[in-house]
Amino acid sequence: MTELTTKTIAELRDGLRSRQFTAREIAESYNAAVAAAKALNAYTVETPDDALAAAEAADSGKATGPLAGIPLGIKDLFATRGVDTTAGSNILKGFKPRYESTVTANLRKAGAGMLGKLNMDEFAMGSSNETSAYGPVLSPWRRSGSNVSLTPGGSSGGSAAAVAAGIAPGVTGTDTGGSIRQPAAFVGICGIKPTYGRCSRWGIVAFASSLDQAGPMGKTVRDCAILLEAMAGFDPKDSTSLDLPVPQWEANLSSDLRGKRVGIPKEYRIDGVPAEINALWDQGIEWLKDAGATPVEISLPHTKYALPTYYIIAPAEASSNLARYDGVRYGLRVEGVRTLDDMYAATRANGFGAEVKRRIMIGTYVLSAGYYDAYFTKAQRVRTLIKQDFAKAFEQCDVILTPTAPSAAFGIGETTDPLAMYLNDVFAVPASLAGLPAMSVPGGLDSQGLPLGLHLIGNELEEQMVLNAGLAIEERAGFNARPEKWW
Amino acid sequence: MSVTNEQVRHIAKLARIAMSDEEIERLAPELNNILGWVEQLGEVNTDGVEPLTAVIDQKLRLRDDVVNDGNIRDDVLANAPDAQHGFFAVPKVIE
Repeated sequence: MTELTTKTIAELRDGLRSRQFTAREIAESYNAAVAAAKALNAYTVETPDDALAAAEAADSGKATGPLAGIPLGIKDLFATRGVDTTAGSNILKGFKPRYESTVTANLRKAGAGMLGKLNMDEFAMGSSNETSAYGPVLSPWRRSGSNVSLTPGGSSGGSAAAVAAGIAPGVTGTDTGGSIRQPAAFVGICGIKPTYGRCSRWGIVAFASSLDQAGPMGKTVRDCAILLEAMAGFDPKDSTSLDLPVPQWEANLSSDLRGKRVGIPKEYRIDGVPAEINALWDQGIEWLKDAGATPVEISLPHTKYALPTYYIIAPAEASSNLARYDGVRYGLRVEGVRTLDDMYAATRANGFGAEVKRRIMIGTYVLSAGYYDAYFTKAQRVRTLIKQDFAKAFEQCDVILTPTAPSAAFGIGETTDPLAMYLNDVFAVPASLAGLPAMSVPGGLDSQGLPLGLHLIGNELEEQMVLNAGLAIEERAGFNARPEKWW
Repeated sequence: MSVTNEQVRHIAKLARIAMSDEEIERLAPELNNILGWVEQLGEVNTDGVEPLTAVIDQKLRLRDDVVNDGNIRDDVLANAPDAQHGFFAVPKVIE
């Protein structure tokens, strides 16, 4: 039954309906594939019984939702009742929530089971999965003729690796500054971050609350549409949840882009990006033209300030959000110190990794007395300008096309300078700061045989436009490369 | 602006993260590198620009003023490193 693990969610769903196979067979195939792929370090917890129970409910007709009989991998940032939820951090070791996040509850309501929890950068802070307390996830991809271990990207690196390796048909991810899109690009799969507020943040471990958004990752654009429909929806428990009906994204998929204008931002042609990536971008423009769209040059003048803006706002919000890890209510506590204050400081010193500490320190500094206006308020003003750039651009176009990341996947341990690591999200971060829906779709392989992604950004609430343009690229790119199994 | 070791020590105290002198010395140049880089925002003219507060414009909702949660003490305490008599327990605060 190994061939079941190569199918898309749409194929699994259709095969279940026509009784070509049972949900139990799907769950067993995936459980076996997960158990055999430990070398990837993609899962932090495996929950085969959960997947089997959901399969049983589907086969017996008790579960009839759109995802009945589909087992999914869940990023370790989502609270899952009774199952370890650690955000890839030592400070949450052993934390078993007594509640379920809204997004995973929605997926369960739709009939999905859970294969396990997926490894990630600690508190979603990282672009390579190397900051995880569980150690890095290894990408199933390798450069041609090489056995050097590569990163699957981050922070949703376990999620990305799981889909690419066929150890989950689809997964949840979260995206604060590119954490769905960059890993999707690195492993040759699709991933979409919807408009801020589409998916409830309730029960997702908070990193930077004004930026955090959940989204799906899958083999195809259609699978992303199916999953996003099940994940999204109004939730009174999240004060920034959008009180809007969930569109029928899957039913309305169409790659006919006649009459649509595709914006090509001139500021995204930056130095140091490999020629192959710019060539793929040009190819992407041709594909969208072939689908009927008209390319137009647009300008997003504040693009170069997006990353520095992000690296003030995100650490500031993180330093505030992560204040809750104090050794009192959950997770790690370091014993053997004298005072309560010493207990806080020792617990946090021990529980947080180097990158998380670095960001808490930056965030604490930019929010501290005397620096707040110079850094934090300034960054929020620039964020307004970045948002306005996009608003003006969308007067001239319907969707924006760019590369997803400035490089293909790099090796584990190859990027040690924090700033160099941050630059990986140069194309992804502006859409995050503006709260816009954005997606990565595989475009092709580079000369070393590694996947490269194309990035589509839509206006507020225009997920359909993003998905449709993604579908047009998917149909023309014909990307069906899969990593050769070595694990 | 650049931060001194002394300032890094102060920030670590504010953030409640215990740090050795070696860690402070390692972190200070890293933080200066990042802060030096974000200071390029100084080039941007933001006169008369409001700081962004809500990325997607929406009205804050008010819910009905009724009790809709509670009576879950044991759930709340279930993950505590130390819970006693229905409370979170911490090291002694008053001598």
